[in-house]
Amino acid sequence: MKLIQIKGDKGIVELSGVKKEVSLKLLEEFKIDDYLIIHAGFAIERLNEEEAMKTLKIWQEMDRS
Amino acid sequence: MRYISEFRDKEISQKLSKRIFQVVQNYDDEIGLMEVCGTHTNTIFRSGIMSLLPYNISHLSGPGCPVCVTPNHYLDQAISYSRLPDVIIASFGDMIRVPGSTSSLEKEKGRGGDIRVVYSPLESVEFAKKNPGKKVVFLGVGFETTAPLVASTIITCREEGLSNLFVLSGHKLIPPAMMALLESKEVKIDGFICPGHVSTIIGKKPYQPLVDNFGIPSVIIGFEPLDLLEGFWMLARQIANREKPKVEIQYKRVVREEGNRRALTLMNEVFEVGDSEWRGLGIVPDSGLFIRDKYSDFDADKNIDVEVEPTREHPGCSCGEVLRGVKKPPECKLFKKVCTPENPIGPCMVSSEGTCAAYYKYGEMIMNLRGRRVN
Repeated sequence: MKLIQIKGDKGIVELSGVKKEVSLKLLEEFKIDDYLIIHAGFAIERLNEEEAMKTLKIWQEMDRS
Repeated sequence: MRYISEFRDKEISQKLSKRIFQVVQNYDDEIGLMEVCGTHTNTIFRSGIMSLLPYNISHLSGPGCPVCVTPNHYLDQAISYSRLPDVIIASFGDMIRVPGSTSSLEKEKGRGGDIRVVYSPLESVEFAKKNPGKKVVFLGVGFETTAPLVASTIITCREEGLSNLFVLSGHKLIPPAMMALLESKEVKIDGFICPGHVSTIIGKKPYQPLVDNFGIPSVIIGFEPLDLLEGFWMLARQIANREKPKVEIQYKRVVREEGNRRALTLMNEVFEVGDSEWRGLGIVPDSGLFIRDKYSDFDADKNIDVEVEPTREHPGCSCGEVLRGVKKPPECKLFKKVCTPENPIGPCMVSSEGTCAAYYKYGEMIMNLRGRRVN
């Protein structure tokens, strides 16, 4: 879910119009527009977009044969 | 880009499947891969990816459902608390329907117990604030993914001076259970599908003994169908090519080698490691998380006295064997006959993460989706 608002150690995340408040206490760093992995009301990690793109690129370029 | 649908692409799944077939084409032995995470159990069954795998790759579910591995004694203690007039129980939903020795939290709720389902441990803090005359007992069940959240909640209570929230810690660590399974030699495990979210917290290192002491390839895998297919390929490659076994990360977009250091620090601040009882596995050394003395004023076990009934297990229930991967749910004589999601006898049928519940829901399909022959 995408972080759209930060209020101290809490944040508002959004996915397809659904918004939720989560605790950001387990994250060392975060910024607006980060994709966060949420578990039971806490953000437990930020999605590394660079790694995600790398994985997708490898798959897309994979040989069909 | 939302990083979801891209990881479910049909065309890429076929390409990944082809790669798996290529890597095992000259390898005829059975490859048994075990996952230890309820979300993996669910995705593997729901997505039907077994139909994209060669016939000699089989999947086993291990002790990865937190509610399922929680022993009856823990449930009985929670049930006893719920009978106290000044106690509010706060719990994740799955726990409510799990039968204890003679009752369940659901039954106690019907008898007037104040038992509330929460999505997050933070909700129990709100209950404590709104009910200063009551003791709120949060049922702390879950692996390394959940324990830091509960640690953070306890620290928040300390900071805010709340003295009526208590945690009954049943938290457990996954890698010691994986090692206990290997030590027992009861099931043939050729590779481990390591849990993505647990690994988000703990990183790669705690799995190293699986490789060093047992020579078992282990790959940390994400939760989308393509993640699983790529992970299966990485495991099949290590096994079929007889590579030196190693711990690898497939789920690199989320899991860092070192894990989430802040979460680990909080977890270690509040909890200490000790021996713990698992349903099906018995006592597993250094596999449980117990509240440190420093935070003992939040420990339900040390602050609320209660008598707990002697533990009784349902004689026919095979949950223990299912959790060890020794039996598949249809081999249990209660499965689908007396034990159903409407009337569960054991926790593996209650939880949506449980193996029996998955077999109940997707059973026919699973049986028909045995992998295909190479060529």
